Amino acid sequence: MTDRIGEARSEAVFEDFKGQYTRDQATVEANRCLFCSDAPCVKVCPTHIEIPQFIRKIATDNVKGSARTIFEANILGMSCARVCPVEVLCVGACVYNAMGVPPVQIGKLQRYSTDVAYDAKWRFFEAGPDSGKRVALVGAGPASLACAHELRRHGHAVTIFEKRSAIGGLNATGVAPYKMKADRAAEEAAWVLGIGGVEVKTGVAVGTDVSFEQLEQQHDAVFFGAGLGSDTKLGVPGEDLPGVSGAVEWIEQMKLSRVPTDGVRHCLVVGGGNTAVDVVREACGLGIPRVTMLYRGTQAKMSGYAHEWKAALPEGGRADWQAVVTRFEGDGRVERVHCARLDAKKQPIAGSDFVVEADLVLVAIGQSKLGALLSGLEGIALESGCVVTDEHGCTGRKGWFAGGDCRNGGKEVVNAAAEGKAAALAIHAYLSGGSHA
Amino acid sequence: MPDLSTNCGGIKSPNPFWLASAPPANSGNQVQRAFDAGWGGAVWKTLGQPIQNVSSRFGATKIRGVAGVGFNNIELITDRALDVNFREIYETKKKFPNHAVIVSLMVETKAEWQDFIKRAVDTGADGLELNFGCPHGMCERGMGSAVGQEPRVNEQITSWAVEYSTIPVLVKLTPNVSDILPHGHAAKRGGAHGVSLINTIKSIISVDIDRLAIEPRVGGLSTNGGYCGAAVKPIALHMVAALARDKSFGLPISGIGGVSNWRDAVEFLLLGSSSVQVCTEVMLRGYRVVEDMRDGLEEYMRKHDFAKLDDMIGKAIPSFSEWGNLDLNYETVAKIDANKCIGCQLCIVACDDGAHQCIHPNADASIRVPVVDESECVGCNLCQIVCPVSDCISLEQVNNGFASATWNEHVHEGKALRPKKGAH
Ligand SMILES: Cc1cc2nc3c(=O)[nH]c(=O)nc-3n(C[C@H](O)[C@H](O)[C@H](O)COP(=O)(O)OP(=O)(O)OC[C@H]3O[C@@H](n4cnc5c(N)ncnc54)[C@H](O)[C@@H]3O)c2cc1C
Ligand SMILES: Cc1cc2nc3c(=O)[nH]c(=O)nc-3n(C[C@H](O)[C@H](O)[C@H](O)COP(=O)(O)O)c2cc1C
Ligand code: SF4
Repeated sequence: MTDRIGEARSEAVFEDFKGQYTRDQATVEANRCLFCSDAPCVKVCPTHIEIPQFIRKIATDNVKGSARTIFEANILGMSCARVCPVEVLCVGACVYNAMGVPPVQIGKLQRYSTDVAYDAKWRFFEAGPDSGKRVALVGAGPASLACAHELRRHGHAVTIFEKRSAIGGLNATGVAPYKMKADRAAEEAAWVLGIGGVEVKTGVAVGTDVSFEQLEQQHDAVFFGAGLGSDTKLGVPGEDLPGVSGAVEWIEQMKLSRVPTDGVRHCLVVGGGNTAVDVVREACGLGIPRVTMLYRGTQAKMSGYAHEWKAALPEGGRADWQAVVTRFEGDGRVERVHCARLDAKKQPIAGSDFVVEADLVLVAIGQSKLGALLSGLEGIALESGCVVTDEHGCTGRKGWFAGGDCRNGGKEVVNAAAEGKAAALAIHAYLSGGSHA
Repeated sequence: MPDLSTNCGGIKSPNPFWLASAPPANSGNQVQRAFDAGWGGAVWKTLGQPIQNVSSRFGATKIRGVAGVGFNNIELITDRALDVNFREIYETKKKFPNHAVIVSLMVETKAEWQDFIKRAVDTGADGLELNFGCPHGMCERGMGSAVGQEPRVNEQITSWAVEYSTIPVLVKLTPNVSDILPHGHAAKRGGAHGVSLINTIKSIISVDIDRLAIEPRVGGLSTNGGYCGAAVKPIALHMVAALARDKSFGLPISGIGGVSNWRDAVEFLLLGSSSVQVCTEVMLRGYRVVEDMRDGLEEYMRKHDFAKLDDMIGKAIPSFSEWGNLDLNYETVAKIDANKCIGCQLCIVACDDGAHQCIHPNADASIRVPVVDESECVGCNLCQIVCPVSDCISLEQVNNGFASATWNEHVHEGKALRPKKGAH
C-alpha cells in the first residue's frame, strides 16, 4: 500500500455531500444570521471563530474580510468548514433552533468564504521576524499544521517530521471523501505552509528514524502531534484472514489509492462510532450491494453521531444492534463471521450464536494510543495512552508540548487545530522566557 | 495598506467612522468601548440644560419581517448631569488622544453658548458640533431644528460659537427643509469649519391599529419623532451631495443617515463626506459593526487603488448633473440571462402592472424564462430591481444611431431626439 495521494483513487467517485454555495445562496443565508451577541455558535466552536462577524461580512460582500476573520481564529478553516460535525457544534448551537426555525448553515457559509479565498489565492499572514529559535513538530496532521503556522507568525523556525509521505494527517487519509478528498487536504497543507520557513521532513518516523532525544538536543522546543496509532483489533480467531481489515487502514487506502470492491457482496462493519458510520457510507458509495454495521450496543448507545447514521440509511446502510463477533472463518479469505447476541448489560446470551456471510469485514472499534512512544522521557505523564498536558498544551517536561488526537484521545480536526494553535502560543511564551516553562 | 485616517474640518481621526451624537455616545464608558472596538471618533450625546425624557421613546419600521429598516425616536438631549458629562469627555480624550472626540451642544441664550463652549473646550475635545437639527421637543423650545430651519438664526448662533471656540466647529443641519443649500451657506457665513448632516426627519413611525394610537406610545399619547436608519440614506445622500457639489460652498462634510455597513460609508465618501457618523446601526447591532466597516472600506480602497481617503472623497460628484443635461438618446434594454433565471416571473408582473407591458411569458409554456420585447422596453430598471437573482437581468446599451442629445440641447439647439418607446 502506498501513502502518497495517487491519481486513480477509489474516493474519486464521491460527490460533496454538502455542496458549495453560489454567491446568491451565500448572501441569502448570511442575511438570516441574527448577529447574536456573545453568540452560542462562537462559544461551542473550539477555535472560537467570530462567526457572526464572518457571516455579516458575507452579507456586505466583504468576502476577503470574512475569510480573514475565519483564518485569524482557525488557519484550517477551509477543511473545518467541510469536515466539522457542525450539527453538534456551531449549527447545533444557533439560537434559531430555539425558535423552531432552521439554523443558519454556518459550515456552508464558512466553506463559501474560505473557498473563495483559496480560489483567489489570497494570503493573510506573514511570518514574524526571525526569533533564532527552532521548534520540532512530530506529525504533519492538523494539530502540527496549526501549530507550525502560529509559530511562524511569531518568527520561530519550524521543522515537521512526518512518517508518511503524504502530509495532512487524517485530514488527508481519514475524513470521508463526501466531505473532503485527499487532494484538497494536501492543498490546504500547502496553503498553510505557504507562510514559509517550515521544513517538512516526510518519511521520517520519530522514535525509529530519529530519536526523541535527538530532537530535543537539536531544537529549543518540541511539539508532539502524532495523532493516534493503528486500528484496534478484536482479538478473535481468524482476524488475520484476508478480507478482514482495520477500518482506518482501509479508508486510507481508499483515499490514497484503490480498495478492491469488485465482487464484494456483503461488507460487515464492526463498531458503532463515527469511523464505523463513515465506513458504512463509504462502502455503500463504492457500490457494495450490502453493508451492515454490527454494534454491541443499542442504537441509542452508539457513539457515532445520530445525524451521520441518519444519512447512512438512505444510502443503503443497515445495522445489527447488540451483537459481537466471536470468530472469522473462510477458505483462504473471510467468508463467514460467527456472532453472538448481547443482553442489555452487553453480556453474551447463551445459545444466541449466529453466522453472517461476509466477504469484506472492516473493524472500526478504535485506534491505539501513541503516548507510549514518549514513555521513556522523564516528566511526561500519560493517561490511558494520551499525553497529559495543561490547557495550553504544556507537558511536564521542559520544552515539550502536545496537542491533537494524541493528547485528547481522538476528537475532531477542529480540536486539533485549536490545540495546535494554543500550544504554539505556549511555546512562544516559553521561548520568550515567559510563563509556560 | 490604504490610509484610512481623515481630517474633517480640522478634526482628525484614525478612520472616518464616528459615532453620531445619540445614545451610543451617551457616556465615557460607552465611547471608550466604542474606540476599543475600532471607531475613529465620537460626537458626544448633545449637551444642554439636562432634560427629562419620556418612556417609551423609540419606534421602528418593519418591512417583510425585518425590523429596524427605519427607526424613530422622541428622546431629547442628554439627561445626565453636565459636570459628569464634561468630566467623562475629559477622561475619554486623555485615554484616546488620537481619536476624535466632538462635543455636541444645544442651548438657548448667548451667555449659555459662551459658558458651554468654554467648558467643552476645557475638556480637551477636538471639536464642537452645534445641534441645529433635533425635530422634536427641543424645537418647540426654540432650539434644534427651529434654529436649523432659520438661516439667520443659524448664522447668528454659529458666529457666536466660532467666536467663543478655539477648536473647530461643525454645524449639524436638519433635513426638515425644502432646500439644504441656504442652511449650509448660513453655517458657512457664521464661520463654521464644516457641516454634519443629516439629523433626523420629522415622522410618525407607526400607528397601533388595535389601540388606535400613534407610536411610540407614552400613556395614551404620542408625538412626531425623528426618522433615521437605513431607510433615510437616500435623503441624506442627496443633501450631502447637494452641498458637496455647490462650488461656492466648499466646507468639509460629515455624512450621517442610514450608514449600516462599509458600502454605505463608501457612498457617503464618494459624494463628498470626509467622515461618516452612525447611530441607528450601532443601536441595533452594537459597536462591533465597525469591524466590517473598516475592513470593507480598506479592501475597497485597495481594489480601487485609493491610497488615502482624500483620493476618493467626492469622486462620484462629477456624475451628478441636472435632468436637462441627461442624454435622451441614450438607450438601454433589459436582457434576461436564461441560464440564471429561476422562473419566478416577478419581472413579468412588475413590467405588466408597473411599467410598459413588454416582458412576456415564453410562447412555449414549458419554459419559465420570460422574453423581453426589446422594441417596447424603455429601459426603466424595474425588472432588474425585482429580480431575486444577482446579475440575471442586465440593462444593456443599444446603438440606435442617434447622436447624444440632452433636453437642453434639443430645446436650444434643435438636436434630434430618438422616437419615444412605450408611449402608445
Ligand atoms: C476515519 C476517520 C474519519 C474522521 N472524520 C472526521 C471528520 O469528518 N471531521 C473531523 O473533524 N474529524 C474527523 N476525524 C478526526 C480527525 O481526523 C482527527 O481528530 C485529526 O486529524 C487529528 O489531528 P492530529 O494532527 O492530532 O492527528 P493526525 O491527523 O492523526 O496526524 C498525525 C500525523 O502524525 C504522523 N505520525 C504519527 N506518528 C509519527 C511519528 N512517530 N513520527 C512522525 N510522524 C508521525 C501521522 O502519520 C500523521 O500524519 C476522523 C478520524 C478518522 C480516523
Ligand atoms: C435615539 C436617538 C437619539 C438621538 N439624539 C441626538 C442628539 O442628542 N443629538 C443629535 O445631534 N442627534 C441625535 N440623534 C440623531 C443622530 O445623531 C443621527 O443624526 C440620525 O440618527 C441619523 O443617523 P442614523 O441613520 O445612523 O441613525 C438621535 C438619534 C436617535 C435615533
Ligand atoms: S449563526 Fe445563529 S447563533 Fe450564530 S450568530 Fe447567527 S443567528 Fe446567532
